[in-house]
Amino acid sequence: MSAAVDYLLHLADNALVLGQRNAEWCGHGPILEEDIAQSNVSLDLIGQARLLYQLVATLKGGDASEDKLAYFRDTHEFRNYTLLELPHHGPLSGYASSSLDYGTTIVRNFLYSALMALLWEALEKSANADLAAIAAKSLKEVRYHLRHSRDWLVRLGDGTDESHARSQASLDHLFPYTQEFWAHSPAEAAAVAAGIGVDLNTLKADWDGIVDAALAEATLQRPATGGYVPEGKKGVHSEHLGFLLAEMQSLARAHPNGVW
Amino acid sequence: MTATIEEVWAALEDLADPEIPVISLRELGILREVRAGAEGLEVVITPTYSGCPAMGQIEDDVRSTLKNRGISARVVTQLAPAWTTDWMSAAGKEKLRAYGIAPPHQTPAGSSVVRFISKPAKVEAVPCPHCGSSNTLVSSHFGSTACKALYKCQDCQEPFDYFKPY
Repeated sequence: MSAAVDYLLHLADNALVLGQRNAEWCGHGPILEEDIAQSNVSLDLIGQARLLYQLVATLKGGDASEDKLAYFRDTHEFRNYTLLELPHHGPLSGYASSSLDYGTTIVRNFLYSALMALLWEALEKSANADLAAIAAKSLKEVRYHLRHSRDWLVRLGDGTDESHARSQASLDHLFPYTQEFWAHSPAEAAAVAAGIGVDLNTLKADWDGIVDAALAEATLQRPATGGYVPEGKKGVHSEHLGFLLAEMQSLARAHPNGVW
Repeated sequence: MTATIEEVWAALEDLADPEIPVISLRELGILREVRAGAEGLEVVITPTYSGCPAMGQIEDDVRSTLKNRGISARVVTQLAPAWTTDWMSAAGKEKLRAYGIAPPHQTPAGSSVVRFISKPAKVEAVPCPHCGSSNTLVSSHFGSTACKALYKCQDCQEPFDYFKPY
């Protein structure tokens, strides 16, 4: 059971953290259509997270609930990829600040959706029937996220000098974080051994194919990888997750057991 | 009152979708089954999109409709098999079109992710629900709700929603 719980939490936290992050565009989108698109992508992601948290709560039993899992765990208990918690802009130092950069949002959505489309497709055959059912639904949704982010990646990369330079910079910044996809955590290894999870390395060739074809069309260069491999899925996060959770969790924590 | 399965179906026959009130839950394929469970009748519904905010409302609507008719039945949510727009009835699709929403095409059979994302050889036109022209253009993959895309007709110049195949 524990193998399933840890693996499901990883999937759920991925969906919730990116859903919350992308919801920052709600009311602030670069154009109205994209404002609506990101809000809809977030709705899908938060919906997927809810289904997964409900399943975890059922498996844990007792007083576990989706709200407790989402609102009453702290940073080190979250199992999402570090990639998904980063802000919508490039790296900053000191007290520097930056406005939201849509290229960063698009590049991240593309890299992650390409992975999840392949993973949800493979998880339709999970030994856990409930997870397989969630995967079948999520696959239908993530394909539209992938199509949307891919179209915009091409539009920005193969667009103006400014949009090309900014999307290349976003790609250079974010791409090394995808190394975390291919480094197994103990929770993933246990889930794969139990037939519940999927070994992502079996999907890497397809992911590379989707990414390389899109980057070529977008006239963007695939950055080199190497160096630090993030460990968000093991609970080791960047400084950004704490701020994101503080905003998301503050209302529920100020009014525990509140119902509205 | 102990109702029959037919009576439950009849009671829910005209119950409309809260977001698209011209089409019924049955025509949308959300109302899956009425069956005899161990503790009485069960009405099985299935969610559309995972995050669809209308699902809670739909469950409440089913429950209150049955209660108003004095029928006692449990509402059960079932994920598998996953809802698909292919379950939408022909009459339901026609109602959507008349309402100004282009109905969904058939979902492509056995379409893998890699195939879905590669450029299709031929893009199936989405006819304008207002003037019928096939000369239309997608303006956004996401419309007023997650289940719809935003299109524009190049002939009558009207924008319209397209219910995406799911």
